[in-house]
Amino acid sequence: MADQNTAFIKLHDVYKSFGNSPVLRGVSLEIAKGEVACIIGPSGSGKSTILRCINALTPVDQGFIEVGDIQVTSKDLNMVALCHRVGMVFQQYNLFPHKTVLQNVSMAPIQVLRQTRAEVIDRARALLEKVKLAHKADAYPGELSGGQQQRVAIARALCMQPEAILFDEVTAALDPEMVGEVLTVIRDIAREGMTCVIVTHEMGFAREAANQMYFTDGGLIVEAAPPARFFSDPQDERTRSFLSKVL
Amino acid sequence: MRGHVKLGPEVGVDLPLAKRRVRGAVEGDLASIFLAIAIVLGIVLALALLAGADTGLLGALIKWTPFLGKGFLLNVVMSLFAIFFGTIGGVFLGMGQLTPASWISLPAKILTQIFRNAPWLVLLFYCIFLLPFQIRIGGQTYAIASWLRAAIGFTIPVIANFSEIVRGAMQSIPSGQWEAARSLGYTWRQTVTSVILPQCVKRMLPPWMNLYAVLLMATPLASIVGAEEALTNARTALQAESNSLLLLPLYAYLLSWFFIYSYPIARLSMALENRFAVR
Amino acid sequence: MDSITSFFRDLHERSGINLTILYDPFDMDRFLHGLVLTVVLFLVSAVASVVIGLAGAGFLTLPYRVPKAIARGYVAFFRNTPPLIQMYFFYFGIGALVPTARNASGFPQELIDNFDWALIALSLYAGAFNIEIFRAGIEAIHRSIVEAATVLGYSKIAAFIYVMVPLAWRISLPALCNNLIELLKTTTLAYAIGVPELLYVSNQIWSDNINTFEMMNVLMVVYLILVGIVALAMHRWERALRLPGFGATSP
Repeated sequence: MADQNTAFIKLHDVYKSFGNSPVLRGVSLEIAKGEVACIIGPSGSGKSTILRCINALTPVDQGFIEVGDIQVTSKDLNMVALCHRVGMVFQQYNLFPHKTVLQNVSMAPIQVLRQTRAEVIDRARALLEKVKLAHKADAYPGELSGGQQQRVAIARALCMQPEAILFDEVTAALDPEMVGEVLTVIRDIAREGMTCVIVTHEMGFAREAANQMYFTDGGLIVEAAPPARFFSDPQDERTRSFLSKVL
Repeated sequence: MRGHVKLGPEVGVDLPLAKRRVRGAVEGDLASIFLAIAIVLGIVLALALLAGADTGLLGALIKWTPFLGKGFLLNVVMSLFAIFFGTIGGVFLGMGQLTPASWISLPAKILTQIFRNAPWLVLLFYCIFLLPFQIRIGGQTYAIASWLRAAIGFTIPVIANFSEIVRGAMQSIPSGQWEAARSLGYTWRQTVTSVILPQCVKRMLPPWMNLYAVLLMATPLASIVGAEEALTNARTALQAESNSLLLLPLYAYLLSWFFIYSYPIARLSMALENRFAVR
Repeated sequence: MDSITSFFRDLHERSGINLTILYDPFDMDRFLHGLVLTVVLFLVSAVASVVIGLAGAGFLTLPYRVPKAIARGYVAFFRNTPPLIQMYFFYFGIGALVPTARNASGFPQELIDNFDWALIALSLYAGAFNIEIFRAGIEAIHRSIVEAATVLGYSKIAAFIYVMVPLAWRISLPALCNNLIELLKTTTLAYAIGVPELLYVSNQIWSDNINTFEMMNVLMVVYLILVGIVALAMHRWERALRLPGFGATSP
């Protein structure tokens, strides 16, 4: 399933502080193409910041990040090329409320990637079909439930044809009955070979869908292991303590 | 944290539920607009009749109405001039306050604060004294009328005030919108034009209408600097009649003109604000 | 003090920048009087307008039609008519109806002079806006807080005084600050009825000395400073009243 030889996303010794508080204190990470990586850890340990550094939403203070052949930390970063490679789905969905669902999904490939409208609309409709929201193509985000909005957000990220998608606690703001529909979509995407980096609290989902688990604490990756070993036999004391609280 | 995300302006969403409430409110507004106008005219009429049993006062009001109307037209023209150019200028100044380039944003912020905090009358004097009485374009000399110089004087505070409205509206858009646009590859300018500004238009409409009302209420200041608008004409009329009993009714009459023009706008603005807000 | 005055006198000779208010005792005197008058106009009408605002907002919370209608009519009138014409209406219009008394020397003197009318007009004008501001502040209080007060046994009036007004006041402070700044700027309208406030006095000075440009700039600067002082004072007050954890706090 995962091609272990090619490291697609590389972080090396990344440091980031917000004002006086250090959030990342030397994070190093390698995610292979097609791998499903789940990052878990206590609040404030830097999980979301790692994702935001990967797609240059947050600039790093020190260290180096590479996605495929794109040097994210370089000064001549081509933002459009990076966004074509890596997509992101947010906890608060962040759909554009003044655009219909179809427009939300299709506008960026047309305006940013400059692909032809007809091709993008077809692809958008197919993606909406895939997340089971084709019938809502002309609705506005305000008319959808949280789970539906999040699925549209995933379709929007997919429409950019990325090679990797970053999921930032995407089910944390949803009512329990809607979490399942979103996780199903993510599971499907992962199964189709997309490189996924998922920050989540859903331990059951992580155990089942991930190839590799990462535990962050105090701005560092403290433990990395495949889920089977990670959950049954965590090596580090901090990992054990965290897991005992959440499981 | 599990919990229902409130779909409201915090997450940039306007619920369509408010539509149902508004239709009833608008009908109520029309009725109260007519009622208000009727009351105002009634008061003016009563004043004219009471302040002297002679119907000469009423006759005087009627006689001077076209002259007052001509002046009022100038008030309206000045207000439309200032709101038009002020809005355009305000959009640029407002966006200028928010651009990441600090060599633009800092002067923009300073200019906005200076022209927002100076009294309108002082700015008016400034313009009257600084602007030339006439300009030459290609060999022809054109006189710049007092009202035009006054209108330019009004445009400046409108630009500054609208700049603040634009800045406030843009900053009230949740940061998630900026992040989502960025993660899709949009540049700052693309984000502002495609994502942020369209969402801002709704939020800016009620304060913009309020600004127009304030502007209209400020146009009589032009009488101090010699423009022949409604107040100037009213004073001319009073001097011509030289009847001290006419003072109260005529000023009341003049007030009612402004009231009748402005009150419907105020109600409409309130109705729009209710429609776009979510409790 | 003398060194300052001679510096500015020299400045006039050397560069033509004529700031008579800083070296001519007569001009300095009348400029300061104008400044004092502006400040007094502002402070008195500010206090009066706040009282009007609270009273009017109180009227709006009563369940009776008459006080509500009075408050609404008052607000509608003063917000939808030009303040300058309101001032003329009061001074020339109503003022013509007020009887004149005779002062000590036997000369006729207005009972309510133009300064008083300016105060009245400014207070009523700003008061109308304050009614709206306090009304919005009261409405912003969540119903559950009032319910909690009721359940604890507070009467309607007691709940209003002890629970709603303190909260509504804090909520309204930013908008009140804006309105007071508007009021400060509106004091210039008293110019039109001959009150010797700052603008009027500056006009006299620049008419006498033909130093319009300098005086206009001085005016702008002085008003910006006055506005700055009011804004600073209001922000200090806001901060002093701030409730920890209430309202938007997270970074």
